[in-house]
Amino acid sequence: MYRGGTGQAAWLLHRLTGLGVLLFLLIHILDTGLVLFGAEIYNKVVIIYTHPVFRVGEVGLMAAVLYHALNGIRITVLDFWPELSGKQRELFYGVVALFALLFLPSAYLMLKPLF
Amino acid sequence: MAELSGAGGRARPTGGLELYAWLFMRVSGILLLLLALGHLAIMHLIHSVDEINFAFVAGRWANPLWRLYDWMLLTLALVHGFNGLRVMVDDYVRQAGWRMICLVVVYALTFFFLIAGSMVVLTFQPGS
Repeated sequence: MYRGGTGQAAWLLHRLTGLGVLLFLLIHILDTGLVLFGAEIYNKVVIIYTHPVFRVGEVGLMAAVLYHALNGIRITVLDFWPELSGKQRELFYGVVALFALLFLPSAYLMLKPLF
Repeated sequence: MAELSGAGGRARPTGGLELYAWLFMRVSGILLLLLALGHLAIMHLIHSVDEINFAFVAGRWANPLWRLYDWMLLTLALVHGFNGLRVMVDDYVRQAGWRMICLVVVYALTFFFLIAGSMVVLTFQPGS
C-alpha cells in the first residue's frame, strides 16, 4: 500500500479530492434546495458564492474536480489495459500536464472579477 | 485494506456486489467527467456566480432537459461519492462496531440526499 512515488501520491490525492468534492456536493444540494422556499431566501444565501473567499474556494473546487476526473481516466485506462501499467508514471505526468492546461485558464476566468 | 492494482486504483474484485460497485465507479466516472465538468464550465466559465440567482435557476429548469441533466449529475455524483466514502470506511475504520456505525451513517446520508435532492430538481415550480 505505501510504496511511495507518483503512484501513491496520485492515489492519496484522488481520495482527498474525492472527499472534498463530496462534501461540497452535500452543501450544494442544501443551498440549491432553498429554491423550494422562494426567491428571497435563495438569493440571500447564494450571493455568498460571490464573496472573494468563496471565489477562491470555487477555484479550489474546480482544481479538485479536474484532478479527480483526469486521474480517474488514468486509473480506468490502466484497469482495462493492464499492458500499460509499466507506463503509469508517464500517464500521471500526462494527467498533470492536461490538468495545468485546463486549470490555469479556468482559474484566470474565475478570478478575473476580483481584479 | 483494499488491494491496489498496479496503477494505484483498487484491484478489480473477483465477483459479486463488490465487482459491480467497482465497475459502477468507472462507468459513472466517465459519465460524471462530462456531466460535472460540463456543469462547472457552464456555471463558472460561460456564466459566473454573479449571474446565479432564483430567476437564473427558474429559467434553466423551465427546460426539462436541464432538469434531466441536473438530476443525472445529482444521482450519479451522490452514489459515486458515497460509494467512495464507503470504501474508505472499509479501509480506515478497523473496529467492527465503529465500522458498522459509520456504514449506517453513510447509507442513511445517501438515502436522505438522494430523496431530498431529487425532490428539489424534479418538483421545483417557479411560481410557488
